[in-house]
Amino acid sequence: MAKYLLLKHYRGAPAAVNDVPMDKWTPEEITAHMKYMQDFADRLETTGEFVDGQALSPEGTFVRYDGEGRPPVTDGPFAETKDLIAGWMVIDVDSYERAVELAGELSAAPGADGKPIHEWLELRPFLVAPPTISE
Amino acid sequence: MVDAALLQTLTPEVIGVLGRRGADFAAAEDAVQDALVEAVRVWPDDPPRDPKGWLVTVAWRKFLDATRADTSRRNRELRVDAEPVPEQGDAVDDTLQLYFLCAHPSLTPASAVALTLRAVGGLTTKQIAQAYLVPEATMAQRISRAKRTVSGVRFTQPGDVGTVLRVLYLVFNEGYSGHVDLAAEAIRLTRQLAARIRHEEVSGLLALMLLHHARRAARTGPDGQLIPLAEQDRGQWDTGLIAEGVDVLQAALARDRLGEFQAQAAIAALHADAQTAEETDWVQIVEWYDELVRLTDSPVARLNRAVAVGEADGARAGLAALSELDPTLPRYTAVSAYLHERDGAPATAARLYTEAARSAPSVAERDHLTLQAARLNTRLRG
Repeated sequence: MAKYLLLKHYRGAPAAVNDVPMDKWTPEEITAHMKYMQDFADRLETTGEFVDGQALSPEGTFVRYDGEGRPPVTDGPFAETKDLIAGWMVIDVDSYERAVELAGELSAAPGADGKPIHEWLELRPFLVAPPTISE
Repeated sequence: MVDAALLQTLTPEVIGVLGRRGADFAAAEDAVQDALVEAVRVWPDDPPRDPKGWLVTVAWRKFLDATRADTSRRNRELRVDAEPVPEQGDAVDDTLQLYFLCAHPSLTPASAVALTLRAVGGLTTKQIAQAYLVPEATMAQRISRAKRTVSGVRFTQPGDVGTVLRVLYLVFNEGYSGHVDLAAEAIRLTRQLAARIRHEEVSGLLALMLLHHARRAARTGPDGQLIPLAEQDRGQWDTGLIAEGVDVLQAALARDRLGEFQAQAAIAALHADAQTAEETDWVQIVEWYDELVRLTDSPVARLNRAVAVGEADGARAGLAALSELDPTLPRYTAVSAYLHERDGAPATAARLYTEAARSAPSVAERDHLTLQAARLNTRLRG
């Protein structure tokens, strides 16, 4: 088994096919979208492939160390940040092919006019523990 | 305290008893898990005189309760008598049959691993979930799907030892992720299997596991960093495990039915036999890799063979062996970096180490490769 992160971007991914911002959808379309995501996660749990799913607020703060005895410096949010993560799902699957298949399904979540968004999801493999037997 | 090891050992035997009394595998396995939970609750205050008898009684009652509930739900008559049918056969075979069932070829590797750990290993779903870093609900579903997949398989059907060994190998190679020591569990299950069946490759796998487990303390530094074989403190190797591994392997090899696990164990034994890295018998190791390539035709074996050729006949020969392989193989670039450094080309090696780090499949390997690149780059600057 291998774990993969399915990364959903607010910004930074190539444009979706059905690229209408969510605030232009009808409430029913938003509800249908949410239900699709939830059903997808539920189904992955029954197949034994679900690990985690979270959504993130688009507004965040940058923080850095500012030297001994001083409070951390904060900055942002930066409106011009190119890459903005919207959320993720972590799956544990038998193969890369299965991960691609599931990402494709998730990308088909309905958007405006009830049609699939065809949004781009980023698929990233986890780094794992090294195998016990290596030579 | 409840003797967890005893509960684990008894688990497959009790499942076997229920199976012989007419319970199907899935129901028997559920009932025994329920009985284990009750044992953990009850035994500390009221330890049984006959633990196995206690588990059989409680599991059988759980099975009847579940069957009755199930049957009444479907509004049908009771099909199972409260009185158990006479048992047939002996308990040893039951456990062996469970190994075969849990590694059935119709299961995906991940399902077979999970089912083996639960039904043969007696681990709880929670422990298995923690070992594989997935939520308990996900692991529970994976196990129940696996049970549905094998529900049509007759319990008495003979199985394939090869599939069982592949499952145990996977468990061992997963190593140690914190909550459950899967390597130790794999060794326990392989020992138990070796005690039940005379098979050279079962012995080969057991030897392989023991010889690698012997080096565990020396494999990682204090901060979890990888320490390559050549740099390990051999004083930390467990000589008891090595001696046992070598004995098990020699007995298997003497029966003259070579297989891939025996060949891998032979390579591990040659490493274990060297007092220092310099004393390693690389010529013999290359010969064993030749056997391994012949037996498996595995690209990974060819890659490791190239490393061994580099040690036996010089880096140039190793690079020549490497050049015949597919450069997209995992760890190809890392091997190439190593051989280039040995061949006196540190700049090329540093570049390759950096490249290899980018595609490393684990954090420990990535850090190790980055360290090698940094070491060479520092020397090149200085």
